Amino acid sequence: MSTIIGLTGNEAVAEAMRQINPDVVAAYPITPQTELMHKFADFVANGKVDTEMILVESEHSAMSASVGAAAGGARAMTATCANGLALMWEIVYIAASLRLPIVMAVVNRALSGPINIHNDHSDSMGCRDSGWIQIYSENSQEAYDNTIMAVKIAENKDVLLPVMVTLDGFILSHTLERIEILDDKQVREFIGEYIPQNHLLDINHPVTIGPLDLQDYYFEHKRQEAEAINNALEVVEEVSFEYSRLTGRNYDVLELYRMEDAERAIVALGSTAGTVKFTVDSLRENGEKVGMIKLRLFRPFPYKEIYEALKNVKSFAVLDKCISFGYGGPVYGEIKSALYNYQAFIPAVNYIYGLGGRDIKPTSIKKVFDELKHITKEGVNGKLIHYLDVRE
Amino acid sequence: MKEKGWKEIPIGGTIVEPGNAVEYKTGSWRTFKPIWHKDRCIHCLICWMYCPDEAIIVENGKFVRFDYDYCKGCGICANECPEKANAIEMVLDRKI
Repeated sequence: MSTIIGLTGNEAVAEAMRQINPDVVAAYPITPQTELMHKFADFVANGKVDTEMILVESEHSAMSASVGAAAGGARAMTATCANGLALMWEIVYIAASLRLPIVMAVVNRALSGPINIHNDHSDSMGCRDSGWIQIYSENSQEAYDNTIMAVKIAENKDVLLPVMVTLDGFILSHTLERIEILDDKQVREFIGEYIPQNHLLDINHPVTIGPLDLQDYYFEHKRQEAEAINNALEVVEEVSFEYSRLTGRNYDVLELYRMEDAERAIVALGSTAGTVKFTVDSLRENGEKVGMIKLRLFRPFPYKEIYEALKNVKSFAVLDKCISFGYGGPVYGEIKSALYNYQAFIPAVNYIYGLGGRDIKPTSIKKVFDELKHITKEGVNGKLIHYLDVRE
Repeated sequence: MKEKGWKEIPIGGTIVEPGNAVEYKTGSWRTFKPIWHKDRCIHCLICWMYCPDEAIIVENGKFVRFDYDYCKGCGICANECPEKANAIEMVLDRKI
């Protein structure tokens, strides 16, 4: 049974956390994540969860406390964004390399400077090489659903890696939406009991976690980590399928929107996917063969799936809410390399957009689809990287 | 010790066998090796007190031998051995 209620994105994730009932949550406030932990702290104060909540003095400590808790066999969660995530940086890598299945909500916000509190993806994209699984949410319902699925993905014995669930700051975090909530019992049955392996509080089997690892074994441990995150692709598919059966909401590593006969496509992630869908619908009414691919899973990157999704289009554009200075959009780079793996050449351009929370409107999406008409006809003549809605 | 492959070892570098450092024969690090001159030793056991690797084996209150499995050849024992006894000599353990 599910209940329909109105929640903001932050409240939806906090609600998922209440149902998950983690053993330990460590938190430090940062806009626009603050409200998420504020709400969860209410649950703790009102005895709605059994969680040990640790209020720490910085995000570096929030992740350190999560690592300590997870190493002690606890189901640990936290949340942050932007500069907070940047301050966590050192421990973010350690969480993954120690193979601790921590789940963290990242309420995407621009990473300074100049200082800005609004949404783009520069914070989580900066973590792409850290060994964390990354799942992007289009709306608050997805943020709720992804948080629950993340626990099961992280704790899978073939994975055992931390998972970052992202939702766009303010656009989702502070916007009230209609959300379908599962029963507490359903969530607890779905995620199951966490049975940690080799943890510090198992006094009958003492272990050492995080010892010095030099030239003789460090590389082998990194090789294991690479294998684990590759395993995660299939596990994400399995867990998403299982969740779909429970909720009727279908999830996969990608979402294809009106792609059956699409000649032009846009690849997007996060809340912008909703705006692109709206634009696709209106262009489809005029008979234009356009579609959208939403990338739900960014790490591990679904190379084969993205190739399969794009192989029949005549041109496409990748929207990146982040810039890798000196290159372009990080998603664009991955998708081009996916096509190279399958020896496919499809004209493709990159649009950097929405940095620092610049609004993205259907009219702008339409401009991209219009540009793709020229690219279909004439190929890419000129620049590959474009900046959408920036003033000259 | 044969080094294991990535599929054979616990994940994340966790050490799951307590006390397994004993399997790591750090004596292989040695460049200089201490030699015990039994005839000069007065069994004061100052070497035993100073040895950072517990590589001086004592039985019934007397120096018996070096444990070369773990002696890294630091030479502290030879340095601390009373001058008048001078019972420990450092010699080159291998070709450099």
